Amino acid sequence: MGNIAMPLTVAIPMLFAVLILITGKFWRGVGSYLGPLAVFIPLYLSFFLLGVKDTTYIMGGWIPPIGIVMVLDGLSKLMLIIINGIAFFSIIYAISYMSKYTAQFKFYALFLLMVAGMNGVVLSGDLFNLFVFLEIASLASYALVGFGVESEELEAGFKYLILGSVASIVILFAVAIVYNITGTVNMADVANTIGNPMLNKAVIFALGLFIFGFSLKAGLVPFHAWLPDAHPSAPAPVSAMLSGVLIKALGIYALIRVTFSVMGAPTEILSIIMWLGVVSALVGVLLALGQYDLKRLLAYHSISQMGYVALGIGLGTPEGIAAGLFHMFNHATFKSLLFLDAGSFEQSTGTRDLRQMGGLMKKLPITSIGTIAGSVSISGLPPFNGFWSKILIIAAALASTQYLAAAIATFVAFGTLASFVKVMRFSIIGPLPKIYQNLKESPFSMTFSLLALSIICLISGLFYIFLMDSLFYPATNAILKQSAYISMVLGIGG
Amino acid sequence: MKKEKIKDLIEDPNIGMTLIVKTVARITIALILLYGFYIIIYGHLTPGGGFAGGVILAIAYTLMMLAFSRHIALVKLSDFWASMWDNIGMLAFIVIGFVGLGFGYFLFNFLSKGKPFSLVSAGIIPLLNLSIGIKVGAALYAIFIGLSIYGRLVLEEEE
Amino acid sequence: MLLYILDMLVFGLGIYCLIAKRHLIKKIIGMVIIEYSVNLFLILVGYRINGIAPILSPGENPIVFSQVAVDPLPQALVLTSIVIGLGTLALMSAYSIKLYEKYRTFDMSEINRLKG
Repeated sequence: MGNIAMPLTVAIPMLFAVLILITGKFWRGVGSYLGPLAVFIPLYLSFFLLGVKDTTYIMGGWIPPIGIVMVLDGLSKLMLIIINGIAFFSIIYAISYMSKYTAQFKFYALFLLMVAGMNGVVLSGDLFNLFVFLEIASLASYALVGFGVESEELEAGFKYLILGSVASIVILFAVAIVYNITGTVNMADVANTIGNPMLNKAVIFALGLFIFGFSLKAGLVPFHAWLPDAHPSAPAPVSAMLSGVLIKALGIYALIRVTFSVMGAPTEILSIIMWLGVVSALVGVLLALGQYDLKRLLAYHSISQMGYVALGIGLGTPEGIAAGLFHMFNHATFKSLLFLDAGSFEQSTGTRDLRQMGGLMKKLPITSIGTIAGSVSISGLPPFNGFWSKILIIAAALASTQYLAAAIATFVAFGTLASFVKVMRFSIIGPLPKIYQNLKESPFSMTFSLLALSIICLISGLFYIFLMDSLFYPATNAILKQSAYISMVLGIGG
Repeated sequence: MKKEKIKDLIEDPNIGMTLIVKTVARITIALILLYGFYIIIYGHLTPGGGFAGGVILAIAYTLMMLAFSRHIALVKLSDFWASMWDNIGMLAFIVIGFVGLGFGYFLFNFLSKGKPFSLVSAGIIPLLNLSIGIKVGAALYAIFIGLSIYGRLVLEEEE
Repeated sequence: MLLYILDMLVFGLGIYCLIAKRHLIKKIIGMVIIEYSVNLFLILVGYRINGIAPILSPGENPIVFSQVAVDPLPQALVLTSIVIGLGTLALMSAYSIKLYEKYRTFDMSEINRLKG
């Protein structure tokens, strides 16, 4: 009858968020003690759930399709590991980074609400709860983007808020249409009722709305306008969470769930997702080449790398999907690492402009090691993890005779490499400007996260075959076997 | 603040709206609060429930704010306590969910369901309604008062 | 059918308001209009002409009742989405006050310090 750890991954961050809000009124520094604990417990639980058989959890004892149900399958397990792992390193990093802000307990509360929302999104078994958890996570992220209340941050936050709300409403609209057709919002029940989605025009319309909404949340071109503003404006741990996890849990995960598990992956829709991915990869990297603002450059690369993920998923073959998921995992590690690095540079030097940096290798050695690890991973140089996932995606594209997509993906890989050679050339090597003679390395909690993420980048590159077998192929199976998903949730044979 | 001073503030014609509005508000605020609690407590039997009742509770305080000025409303329920009640409501909801976990499921209805259509029935649902009502009422009031205080600050800065 | 068309008209009006107006508050109003049109759509989905309110009273046969009452699930969903909309609206108002404090204007075209 399900595993008790599943609702706890959502409930514990929420409980701690409230506790932090209450005690924070009397003791402002409480967040830096309770916050990491509140993320560590779900992280432990998600590793525990990795060894559990696929199962469902019935909220309050009401059986599906009437009651609310949480579903744990291979994809959910993978997403739980990504979300809570990155959240754990970000919140450890935030202990030192956020100490300069006055209302830091509010930061921790919002952060935990965001984590709870994302855990809910990946575990939720019906469309409406997916929407509700998505809104919890989004609302927390809207507030976090503007957390510094400087004018640029507010402007970016407002833009993100408006576009994000439009996406949410469109998703709700699609849910309403699906409910109108099927009379249920339980995903497995919807999948059971709809059958072939391409036969019903209303379902196609709903699917189009879903793709619009989730692509906007994922920041795919042409819905990317908010991303390069919002991600750089947030404080560094939040940037790492937004770029590392939020766009994946709210965008790509939800897109996969709806197109594969609910709608049964019609080939036309898959090719739309694939071409969205190709265009995002190309446009993102071209826009990134001209940037000198470090965090903005990284944000454009997020668009580009999410394009790779969408390309892998859109191929629809087991190899393509597994490679796409592997790249999603890798992107979570190296992009959050790079954003945390950028935050460390910004805190030490006071600028994000690459042209004003230089020679920081001598003064900030650990941050620079992190930057090198992250840059090498994202540019796809062996033996770091980015290399394997990119080459697997390109190989999968060639195997399904998408030669143009494979060619563009290869070109984008070189563009990424060029862009990060620029980053390294301007930030860590070269002459050290005089004003930076007295710089000190960042405090321990920041360097700990940077080193840990760098090591994860290296290790997941070295042992990628093991990871593919234990994480990504089970997730791919969960995506592709729609009938197994339906029978697991509804408890019918099949 | 002392009682006499509050009384002076309430009766000061230069603060808040006119005497007619104040007199009507003084009578109706208690009724609105009562109605809000009615909606919350009967939430499992009639239309309404935690959210609707909570909004009505917040409306009572907002009416106080509009009729008598912000200072009187802040004396009755300060922004600190508004946000405190907000958190307490949410905490109560989550704690009830965790108690249900002890009986097998998260948010399990562990209390006796009672006789249908009587006030004490439906197990934990009235308790959840009450916690949501407190949360929504306090949060909505806190939003109003927060926007009002902050908007005034911005305007004064401009002058 | 007419109801659905009118509802979509409201949705279009909201989109127009969101895109064409430059004033922050008007954009927020546009946002709210879109939200309410979708809520209205959800209510219409569950509506049944000449249906009764989905409240069971003592002594009523549940099976007969389920055939004449309107669908209560969309109403519950709408209530949830209204609550979410309230949160979004509050956040948008707070953002617009903060933006006014920093930029001294509500005109979105003058709020353009972000480059690139």
